[in-house]
Amino acid sequence: MDYAEKFENVSVLGAAGKMGSGILMLTAFEMANLSLKPENKGKIFTLHAIDVSQEALSGLLKNIKSQVLKNAEKNIVQLRKVYANRADLIENIDIINQYIGDVLKLIVPHTHIEASYKSTLIFEAIKEDPDLKVKVFKKINEINTLKPWFFTNTSSIPISYIDKEAKLEGRILGVHFYNPPAVQKLVEVIKSENTKPELHEFASMLIKNLRKIEVPSYDKAGFIGNGHFMRDALYGMEQATKLSVEMPFVEAIYDINKITQDYLIRPMGIFQLIDYVGIDVCQYIMKVMKPYVKDENIHSPLLDKFMELGVKGGQNANGSQKDGFLKYDKGKPVAIYDPAQKQYVAISDISAKCEQKLGAMPATVKPWKVVVGNPAKEEILKKYFAELKTMDTIGANLARNYAKRSKEIGVKLVSNKVAYCDKDVNTVLLTGFFHAYGPINDYLN
Amino acid sequence: MKLRRKIYMVGGYNTTSMGTGRKEFNPKVERPGLEYYIKEAGQGTLKQIGGAKNVDEGVIANFMAARFNYQGNLAGFIPYIDEGLTYKPCTRVEGACGSGALGLMSGIRSVLAETADVVLVIGTEVQNTVKAVYCADILAGAGWFKERKEGHAYFFPGKFSDRAGHYYEKFGKEKTRKAMAKWYVNAIENARLCPTAQEYHNTTKDLESIGMMEPNPRSFVDNLNVFDCSKVSDGASAIAIVSEEGLKRCGIDKKDAIEVIGFGQAQNDITKPPKDLTKLDTTIAAVKKAFEMANVTKEQIATVECHDCFTITGILAVEAIGFAEHGKGTDFILEGNTSRTGKVPFNTTGGLVGWGHPTGATGVHQAVTILEQLTGKAGNAQINIPAARPYGLTVNMGGDDKTLVSIVYKKA
Repeated sequence: MDYAEKFENVSVLGAAGKMGSGILMLTAFEMANLSLKPENKGKIFTLHAIDVSQEALSGLLKNIKSQVLKNAEKNIVQLRKVYANRADLIENIDIINQYIGDVLKLIVPHTHIEASYKSTLIFEAIKEDPDLKVKVFKKINEINTLKPWFFTNTSSIPISYIDKEAKLEGRILGVHFYNPPAVQKLVEVIKSENTKPELHEFASMLIKNLRKIEVPSYDKAGFIGNGHFMRDALYGMEQATKLSVEMPFVEAIYDINKITQDYLIRPMGIFQLIDYVGIDVCQYIMKVMKPYVKDENIHSPLLDKFMELGVKGGQNANGSQKDGFLKYDKGKPVAIYDPAQKQYVAISDISAKCEQKLGAMPATVKPWKVVVGNPAKEEILKKYFAELKTMDTIGANLARNYAKRSKEIGVKLVSNKVAYCDKDVNTVLLTGFFHAYGPINDYLN
Repeated sequence: MKLRRKIYMVGGYNTTSMGTGRKEFNPKVERPGLEYYIKEAGQGTLKQIGGAKNVDEGVIANFMAARFNYQGNLAGFIPYIDEGLTYKPCTRVEGACGSGALGLMSGIRSVLAETADVVLVIGTEVQNTVKAVYCADILAGAGWFKERKEGHAYFFPGKFSDRAGHYYEKFGKEKTRKAMAKWYVNAIENARLCPTAQEYHNTTKDLESIGMMEPNPRSFVDNLNVFDCSKVSDGASAIAIVSEEGLKRCGIDKKDAIEVIGFGQAQNDITKPPKDLTKLDTTIAAVKKAFEMANVTKEQIATVECHDCFTITGILAVEAIGFAEHGKGTDFILEGNTSRTGKVPFNTTGGLVGWGHPTGATGVHQAVTILEQLTGKAGNAQINIPAARPYGLTVNMGGDDKTLVSIVYKKA
């Protein structure tokens, strides 16, 4: 079965979710591009968008339409070539409208899993719950006689476990997209012990066609991305908890969030990132990872506490940020949650005091936005960390320790055979987390 | 051909050229429409010429309001500027990006025909109603629609990218790109001196390396980067074309006026491709006529406003006017001759690349800029006009070197 044929009947499970809708859209683009090739004329391509929520599904197509429109506008130069033989499509607007129609007609929404029983390819982006994933895969695999290939978007569950439990005979591959899939370049690819090589070949081709970056990870719970992020987050929460012995909790959160964003020149602070991913999701991922990690305690009492208080973070259906550790106004943190008082404290009320305690920022510091795409990035970072190294403020000390811990986590991912090499760890952090530099570096040596 | 009557231009006014680059521009917020710009520019000129009562006739130049703004019958907006213009004869003219100068020509002819002594000419375009990808569709109307299907998604950038490609091949890519980058640098540096310019707020330090950026054929055209292109703009310009009697009626001193001493208008067949992609034939024809009528030579020109819809067009225009031989326009520019302190400063408030290109307004904007420069009213953008060379030249182009007007002006 060739590449295009494999795409003739595809299902996306959890298609209306945050990750699922992105994967659905990327798959739809690839299928549309295939369906428009002259050699595939006459073939019917179908993409089943399966989700339990009818409500979410009804909003999905509208959302997909606006994304396809944006994509078509951006790729108009290529699209004109695709439709070169259509004499009736003359202006850009004609071509864009046709393309939207051609993508949307592939997608058929369903609330029932039965739609996947005739699919040869199944992308899965349902809840990060090992039992649920196994149950769903097992059911489809028992009824679907076409021996479908399963691509799971799990960010933490070992693929071998799912393979074995659902009896998939190696017809499964971890294909972990990052949020949002349409934008993020990184895809972590994880083989089970038995994954058939043709699945990997196929996924590599797809990833390449989507112009994304493939990074392989060993089949260890959490893989590289969450392997680093969860430990990094745990360290951040531990540091904040320690600090909160001597200062109000909200100030401790402010400090660590500032250290991780401004001092470490990252796109967002660690508590904002936890909120972005979702406190509930982070807690769940740790729960999945915990049994597989013997020498560390992958568990956060602080996350448990917030979950008990019903403060969960995550995102609304329209992509806006829900309140978590931090409260947001138009996407910007404006307050910090105080679990003791069960209310948010305005950042403007505490920032001056906190910053005074942390001490002056290094003079050579530049915001992440300025550094990340800067051709002189390497020089800027070297100079900055050289200065950070010499400083003896509370802020500088916290930042140095944080950077060292981040590196330690990265190095251990390689020595524990989660990542194949240092470069892969750095690529994941650079492309999946938009860091300006990889954690495994010599800046502080 | 000789002018049978003296023709002057007075009371020039430019609105801001609004669009990307301006700090106050936000594509997500509703912005003023066509009528706002027409009114602002029209009133700006009326104030300087003693009001609507002095106006005999109105002309409005515009390219594609029918598509950008779903608006036709633009002559109807002239009385909207001032009630005093009601019942006066008004006309709308169109010649793609050359509409503005066709408007000027229409006014000049009325004054020459002695059917008017004061003609108010307004040029306008409001283009930011659509995204660039659709704007390209609309502007493609300046070419032959039968070529649209075969053309590039960005139709006109595609046309001039082909011209640039041929020029690279014939005369060397490296030097040509350097000259294009230099053109860009001049444009932005000039625009920074003119508060109405779209690039007035530009603070980029290293303009040259931006100008040298490698084109990206995947998302744009083969031989041009986005900085090689003029801007997508909303704006309007207005000016009054008057006779000697008109000057008196408006109470304007000659020192505040410029005289039109020659013009050349030339048209080419929209269905035919250019004979030589490295030349602007029709521009050559129009400029030649203008110089002949004015009886001046290029050496006497103190400043030029040329139609640099793309940086490569700037190079081709320098050659078409005759400042450099075919293939040597690049040297002329790289030697600094077209810079604001050079031998003959071009586009002193930024031109189409720097000031902006509200298509239907551009021809009028060029006249306003020459008026300001020759009368010493260009503010921070003022260049030195040598007493021995009190002449200015404009070249306004519609389509791919199809609809051309060139005008020679003299300090009155």
